[in-house]
Amino acid sequence: MQTNKLLVPAVAAGLGILLAAPAVVFPLFLIQLLCLALFASALNLVLGYAGLLSLGHAAFFGGSAYVTAHAAKAWGLPFELAVLLGVAFATLLGLAFGALGIRRHGIYFAMVTLALAQMIYFLAVQMPFTGGEDGIQAVPRGKLLGLVDLSDTTTMYYVVLVIVVAALILVWRVVHSPFGHVLAAIRENEARAVSLGLNVERCKLIAFVISAALSGLAGSLKVIAFQLASLNNVSWHLSGEVVLMTLIGGVGTFFGPIVGAAFLVSLEHFLATSGLPIAAIIGAIFMACVMVFRRGFVGEFLHRRKD
Amino acid sequence: MPDIFGMPVAVLLGQVLLGLINGSFYALLSLGLAIIFGMLNVINFAHGAFYMFGAFVTWMVMSWLGLSYWPALVVVPIVVGAFGAAIERLFLKRLYQVDHLYSLLFTFGLALVMEGLFRHVFGSAGKPYPVPQELTGVLKLGFMFLPVYRGWVIIAALLVCVATWLVIEKTRLGAYLRAATENPSLVQAFGINVPLMLTLTYGFCVGLAGFAGVLAAPIYQVSPGMGSNLIIIVFAVVVIGGMGSIGGAILTGLSLGVIEGLTKTFYPSASSIVIFIVMVIVLMLRPAGLFGREA
Repeated sequence: MQTNKLLVPAVAAGLGILLAAPAVVFPLFLIQLLCLALFASALNLVLGYAGLLSLGHAAFFGGSAYVTAHAAKAWGLPFELAVLLGVAFATLLGLAFGALGIRRHGIYFAMVTLALAQMIYFLAVQMPFTGGEDGIQAVPRGKLLGLVDLSDTTTMYYVVLVIVVAALILVWRVVHSPFGHVLAAIRENEARAVSLGLNVERCKLIAFVISAALSGLAGSLKVIAFQLASLNNVSWHLSGEVVLMTLIGGVGTFFGPIVGAAFLVSLEHFLATSGLPIAAIIGAIFMACVMVFRRGFVGEFLHRRKD
Repeated sequence: MPDIFGMPVAVLLGQVLLGLINGSFYALLSLGLAIIFGMLNVINFAHGAFYMFGAFVTWMVMSWLGLSYWPALVVVPIVVGAFGAAIERLFLKRLYQVDHLYSLLFTFGLALVMEGLFRHVFGSAGKPYPVPQELTGVLKLGFMFLPVYRGWVIIAALLVCVATWLVIEKTRLGAYLRAATENPSLVQAFGINVPLMLTLTYGFCVGLAGFAGVLAAPIYQVSPGMGSNLIIIVFAVVVIGGMGSIGGAILTGLSLGVIEGLTKTFYPSASSIVIFIVMVIVLMLRPAGLFGREA
């Protein structure tokens, strides 16, 4: 890596800021930022590294959120088990979506994932346990391993921080493993990868399932911290937003999705009280990004350094 | 009358007809999507937004200019189509060289902008639009009462679909279009203005979406969300039919409308997801879609 010299101090500084941040910023806002950063990084694993555009990732995020919320509230499961159950659900769902969608290439894959995710959305509207328009409210946070009380939001924040950083390290490991290089090879030239004897469909499926599981983890953490599972978490708007976060930060760069999530979450936070049409502004950023800023913040930065 | 699966035939036929109405909209929209994809290699996510735009323009010209339904049926598709052509000229054109995913993402953003702006200006609630006077009343069909307007929607949509299909399959212009799909640079070498043709094709298909919007205005509430609810179902229709043939898009759209209608009779709670279930089954059995030929 050419950027190694910068990498270590940058990551250290980032972690330092995140550790100190609850003193100045609302912890709940930071939790949302972390969860969406993880979500976008998970999407980037398929979009940036395997070259698959999924427009249905909200199904994993929101599906897992509903399962976790139900497990914690109705079944009274502790924090860890509820989150694990949510992640397991997202993993299975990812396996199902992936098995169906990966046979279709490029643009078709995007449409298949979008339609499948919409099916999950309609199920979430109709099924009795999801509470329809009301969602699942007052989800208990419980205790971590039966010891640490999570009802304090700052404590919750540090727990989420540890889990998200661990998950991001996992993403880093995946991307820089031989498997990660195989994914890159498939993205660059699929026919060649096939001719080299790689099982392309299986590799894509594995990447997709890992991505779904991590998206589920992000959704589960968010639902426990915010104590609310709602239809917003499974809507196609969210699937689109997470693509935008990845795009604006830099597709196929490790830190891009994190930067993009931070940018978009902050922007929405500031716009929330302005009375401006947020969806329209996000759409306009989307259009501008696609037209003139396809590398994204981090991608542009890396590109400039290379010159 | 006899029963089928415990349902009177009259009720079944009624649902089939109602399903055909939804199917007409699916057919009109998936037809446009299929042509745009075939010619421009663009998945037009904003197609639903253009449909919504069409319905809103219909409502606006009525309430602000006093223009009635019949002139709107001609004017609105032209306005919407011109808007679409401008979008193609200004933006989409520049995205042909890069990965197709970017044009999908661009139209996704465009859909968000259009829906967001209309929601901001007009609110989320629906606007009522009256059924034109000539088409009020009901038809007695023996087995059911069909509101005249709904019958008109089926006929109008079918006529437009078939006409479009004929133009593309049977005329010289259609031959140019099909040739340009296969090999644009060769067609250009014969002296045909391909970029202009692409702009007009996009404008025409977006105009079709606008036309569907005019047809929809008196049936459904004119609301900002009407497009995005529909477009994702139409995507599923397109995946089921495959992008290969224009006739296939029309047929798939209509038949899925009917399937949806029948599900409403037999098992109402599954009616919102039945199209997605069909999509899953088709993907398992015929990944390229019913009429598809995958590149």
